[in-house]
Amino acid sequence: MFSSDNLQRAREIISRYPSSRSALLPLLHLAQDQDGWINDEAMTEIAGLLELTRADVYGTCSFYTMFKLEPVGTYVVSVCTNVTCLVTGGPAILHHLEKTYADDPDVFVEEVECLAACGGAPALQVNYEYHERLTPQSAEQIIDAYRSGQRTARRISGGPR
Amino acid sequence: MTLQETRLLTKRMNDRPADSWTMEAALATGAYETLRTALRMKPADVQEEVKTSGLRGRGGAGFPTGTKWSFLPAGLYPRYLVVNADEGEPSTFKDRELMERDPHQLIEGVAISAYAIESNTAFIYVRGEMAHAHDVLERALADARAQGFLGQNILGSGYDLDIVLHRGAGAYICGEETALLESLEGRRGMPRIRPPFPAIAGLYAKPTVVNNVETMATVPHIVGMGGAEYAKLGVNRSTGTRIFSLSGHVNRPGNYEVELGATFRDLIDDLGGGVTNGGTVKFFIPGGASSQWLVNEHLDVPLDMDEVGKLGVMLGSGAVMVFDQDTDPLAVAWRLVKFFAHESCGKCTPCREGTGWEEKILYRILHGQGRPSDLDLLLDIGDNISPGLNAPFSQTTICPLGPSSVSPIVSLNKYFRDDIIARCTPSLVTMLTGNGLAGNGLDGGLHR
Ligand SMILES: Cc1cc2nc3c(=O)[nH]c(=O)nc-3n(C[C@H](O)[C@H](O)[C@H](O)COP(=O)(O)O)c2cc1C
Ligand code: FES
Repeated sequence: MFSSDNLQRAREIISRYPSSRSALLPLLHLAQDQDGWINDEAMTEIAGLLELTRADVYGTCSFYTMFKLEPVGTYVVSVCTNVTCLVTGGPAILHHLEKTYADDPDVFVEEVECLAACGGAPALQVNYEYHERLTPQSAEQIIDAYRSGQRTARRISGGPR
Repeated sequence: MTLQETRLLTKRMNDRPADSWTMEAALATGAYETLRTALRMKPADVQEEVKTSGLRGRGGAGFPTGTKWSFLPAGLYPRYLVVNADEGEPSTFKDRELMERDPHQLIEGVAISAYAIESNTAFIYVRGEMAHAHDVLERALADARAQGFLGQNILGSGYDLDIVLHRGAGAYICGEETALLESLEGRRGMPRIRPPFPAIAGLYAKPTVVNNVETMATVPHIVGMGGAEYAKLGVNRSTGTRIFSLSGHVNRPGNYEVELGATFRDLIDDLGGGVTNGGTVKFFIPGGASSQWLVNEHLDVPLDMDEVGKLGVMLGSGAVMVFDQDTDPLAVAWRLVKFFAHESCGKCTPCREGTGWEEKILYRILHGQGRPSDLDLLLDIGDNISPGLNAPFSQTTICPLGPSSVSPIVSLNKYFRDDIIARCTPSLVTMLTGNGLAGNGLDGGLHR
């Protein structure tokens, strides 16, 4: 359920658009930033706010890779392996992080497509914050810096803290 | 002569690297002056300047911007301007930098363009993953409203404009303009059948113009210097400057703004500092993942949309990817096709099914399990998605995503056919052990 602050934000977002359904993606981001993933209650609540069916909300939500329909912990680590990152070491970073955090419920490592950071390849994002020119070791250090509080992460959907 | 950058769009960020994104830096370097000028002109005259400039869209297709605007039916309101900031074409990273480092240039361009097409509401659809660009723009929009550059009665002109910032959520297809409109309406991002074109029935079935970030950011420069003056930059029908995203095996990858007409070699050697470790270019992709490839002998081809088009390739989104002598073209082709297979929205059968088959076949060749007939099988599948296998694409699909997946395959066949077929004769060892990965030079192996 949206907190009362977020409910107010949700209504403000809806008012920006000529048609309320346009607020669907922004409201899903808001829910994910609040809850850490998109759960059934959130989809039901959003359906109510936008006068859509729950199936409409789920159908749209499930199309987009940023929306996580299961809990993903505290950090989503998105590692690019598209071609520029492929030839500069992206796959090695992905394998290293997958192995390192295999049993860690806090860190969700995923392989993603080009992040538009190819000038600084290989690249990854932690909760949609960019990190570039990495090695497997420097990537691990960055994640650990978030976990030890040396760095402040964005919310799970990339919203500011 | 060594190629130098010609800085129009990248001037402010270059001159004020520390704070080019702030209102203060923007105002100190002339931002919004051209908006003031434009608001004193008639909308039709602003449009005329853009037409005269010869500006062609920077999002991929290179369609003349002034002509696109003129398709809006007369007298029909409301009409919308939608800015395509979904930048997802592999190895393209110019729009992100334009948003993060010079948001006011973009906002000024959007305001002038919206005025020119008589729209009172514009949308900027930012790729979901670009959280920082979103935050920078959000702040910049608030600052522009506070200064009276947006909102009601802008600078006393009587013109009203609201710009709505919208975030995507991870889907390359939403960069395709009609899929973007679907997504902006709160639906799955699946392309629409045209006609009707967006100019007639776009967002909320209203007349709509969709333009790329770089296209919009160019508009203040055109109106500022005059369309005719702008048209003197560049060559032939490729007027002005473009920002090229240079990446891969080059010493200084990055965004470079150059006058059209320079060559790929100039770009790679003079600005990119040449190939890494003193190597040579084996092949390069001239305009984003959707384009067919070129090889070393093409390095002196000019950056001219039409000249490049004659070779069956495109300048597309302006992403130039360089691969050195040791790169395995098969690995690159497979990874690009895997991208298209992953990003296919599933609406059209040839693309939904075909891209998956292409990926699986390339994967098995890459892993030493290929069959000698595989390359021809790939071409046959490709021909069912893009009949004739030519560029510009013909297509059995609604949008060009499926046909784009064929580009790497056609390129493999054109330049590396014998190599690939030689690799399609699996040895007994690889067949028995299923291990064909060793020795492809890609540390860590390849993910499916
Ligand atoms: C699959 C696909 C993805 C696209 N992605 C983008 C994109 O990320 N950004 C963009 O500006 N145009 C993209 N385009 C091109 C748009 O459909 C459209 O041509 C462009 O936004 C028009 O703007 P312009 O005329 O200013 O170039 C894409 C096209 C296709 C088929
Ligand atoms: S290929 Fe990895 S960021 Fe573009």
